[in-house]
Amino acid sequence: MKEPELLLGDEAVAIGAIHAGISGAYGYPGTPSTEILEYIIPKAKDLGVHSFWATNEKVAYELAVGMSFVGKKSIVTMKHVGLNVAMDPFMSSSLTGVAGGLLAIIADDPGMHSSQNEQDTRALAKFALLPCFEPSDHQEAYDMARASLRLSEELRLPIVMRLVTRLAHSRGAIRTQPADPQNSRVTKLDRRAFTTLPVNARKQFSDLIVLQSRLQEMSVKSPFNKLDLSATDKKRGIIVSGIAYNYVREAFGGNIPHKFLKINQYPIPEAHIKELVAAVDEVVVVEEGYPVIEESLRGMFGVSGKTIRGKLDGTFSRTGEMTPNIVAEGLGIHIEKPQWPAFDDLPGRPPALCKGCPHADAFNALNDALSEYQQHNVFGDIGCYTLGYYEPFKAIDACLEMGASIGMAVGASQAGAFPVVGVLGDSTFTHSGLTGLITAVNEKANVNILILDNDTTGMTGGQLSASVGEALVKLVLGTGIDERHVRVLNPMPKNREENAKVLKEEIEYTGPSVIIFQRPCIQI
Amino acid sequence: MKLDLILSGVGGQGILSIAFLVDTAALRRNLFVKQAEVHGMSQRGGSVYSHLRVSPQPVMSDLIPEGRGDMILSLEPLEVGRYLSYLDKNGVIISNSVPFANIPNYPSEESIYRSLFRLGKVVLVDAKAIAMKAGAPLAQNVAMLGAAIPYLPFEQSDFTRTIEEMFARKGERIVKANLQALEFGSRVGFFYKGLLDAGILAQNVFHVVRSLDPASIDISQVSPFANRLKERGEGLLTAAIGENLSCSVTSLASIM
Repeated sequence: MKEPELLLGDEAVAIGAIHAGISGAYGYPGTPSTEILEYIIPKAKDLGVHSFWATNEKVAYELAVGMSFVGKKSIVTMKHVGLNVAMDPFMSSSLTGVAGGLLAIIADDPGMHSSQNEQDTRALAKFALLPCFEPSDHQEAYDMARASLRLSEELRLPIVMRLVTRLAHSRGAIRTQPADPQNSRVTKLDRRAFTTLPVNARKQFSDLIVLQSRLQEMSVKSPFNKLDLSATDKKRGIIVSGIAYNYVREAFGGNIPHKFLKINQYPIPEAHIKELVAAVDEVVVVEEGYPVIEESLRGMFGVSGKTIRGKLDGTFSRTGEMTPNIVAEGLGIHIEKPQWPAFDDLPGRPPALCKGCPHADAFNALNDALSEYQQHNVFGDIGCYTLGYYEPFKAIDACLEMGASIGMAVGASQAGAFPVVGVLGDSTFTHSGLTGLITAVNEKANVNILILDNDTTGMTGGQLSASVGEALVKLVLGTGIDERHVRVLNPMPKNREENAKVLKEEIEYTGPSVIIFQRPCIQI
Repeated sequence: MKLDLILSGVGGQGILSIAFLVDTAALRRNLFVKQAEVHGMSQRGGSVYSHLRVSPQPVMSDLIPEGRGDMILSLEPLEVGRYLSYLDKNGVIISNSVPFANIPNYPSEESIYRSLFRLGKVVLVDAKAIAMKAGAPLAQNVAMLGAAIPYLPFEQSDFTRTIEEMFARKGERIVKANLQALEFGSRVGFFYKGLLDAGILAQNVFHVVRSLDPASIDISQVSPFANRLKERGEGLLTAAIGENLSCSVTSLASIM
């Protein structure tokens, strides 16, 4: 007998997708979504599935769309902010629809464990008018991956699955079902539907609007949405979604003693909501993330004669992650916490660059070079090197999102700031820094762009990076930048002085420079 | 049998490996398990933790509610301080005594130990010494799991097969060293518990056990050892510790 195995929520989704018969699985690494493809990629060849890390989320999404347009099933994975990068194909694909099933698996990070915001993908699914699945546990993650890919083919529409950190990175056991085969044939392109000329898009958009009532019906009939009116209490009802369901059950010790609605499939099943609200005086909405359900229920004027509680009336916080204690407290259940004597002295322990990290040597040289100037304008980016913000470096003064360092540096330079530096890694550069660099070169902007090439995508655990080493240098030269101002350095403690000198030279040069620091991540 | 275990440490110390060992032991006993862990940014030398929940019934919340934890098992002494709100009033703390001081304002060892000994049921063991003795300096995590065995609903044998499988690809020597670390850790843990149960002051137990060679601890000798300690040595020991005379502590402990 095979022993049961504990799987991450991410892995449960991956297995569900494989068992649904996908032919392609694409994505860009991002916590907490990374482990979905980490699970699939090593097995891809044996499974006959195409799976790899794309250059960015937009490309990943387009790969999945292409596969699906010709009739094969595919998934695309990314973190919540990755969907912002893929927003363009995402929005358009809701109009074109698909042929083979397409599931976009988006992992949100409430509490910002490893992210710059806590945007809620359910709101973006609604924006695109697409169905969204939100599993509560590992079994649902597996089941919903399969069900949503079937539904996608049935509706010829992309489907969204929203995960959150606590499910993506929690381990649990699942029961699997026999796998479905991959779609065998490549189908003819539906050129009218798939070409987003206005003449087609208008028709597709009105079809999508018409489809909404069917999506509503499906949500109401969905086995994943459960309305339970069996409790006798008429005072309070509970609406709960996703992972919050586990916390609500925990708070009540298993059985919920109120009438409740558990939502795992969107659009929000309105008929269920109406039935529940009619049966009780007060409704408590417990959802992880934005008050998506609560807002639609409350509207601008509330529900006459009923009390709605949730994030908008302060029962729960608008920010941060739900926890079992927060949920219990909001439901009026007290959990006794012993008051252990606190430690005398408990300093924080933020993440830090590893000992021997090449980024540290790059930052030391940079700080040395900048020490002679009044201004310190260093525009950082997303990656391990964002940690250069902290002591002892304090090297980073701004960080917005993936690839932003170069564009911001050009803008600041045009405002008159000097010297101006942008810092980003190899994978972030190919993700979305390259376009900014072309702008910098065309504008002859007086900026110094440091590309920290450590040969990998470090922060997410060392995924293949799209362009490193010599190829990266050629890519930079391909922008038309003056090759005398493309400098390649080796970030080592012994080279600190020499590297600072080179940086200083490039700072003094008026025009765009790219300084590439090449040394592999010590973790690979 | 329910176990709500908080594992803590610093990114890179190997808490996920011991989580895996406990998970597997529980699954092999047909128990239900959920385990929440931290990936991403914090893994780079920051504070990391894992919530591990074992139960005969399906586990509901992936996170342990504050105030419900049965044990904090920490690979680093300072990190214990971050998770106290999770510990039940009858909870136990098992911690490595060896600091991982990768921050500039790391407090003194004495101040950390003082804070720890104010907490009630605390087992503080030198996992580094145990791992070194076992021949694998990196096996501090497995040594700590060993030290926790007296307070866990599992036995040493629940972990051995998984350790063999886990380290197989690193070669026979590493497998053996990790099994040894588990064994020595377990001996230290049982001896420690024996002395605590005999009513020896927690600080004294820590200093005495730390002075012993983990490889030569004989658990059957814990009662007579405790008696000798109570009859003759404890007053002296307390005085010596009070004056921070570590050499006296060591020599006192060795003549017990």
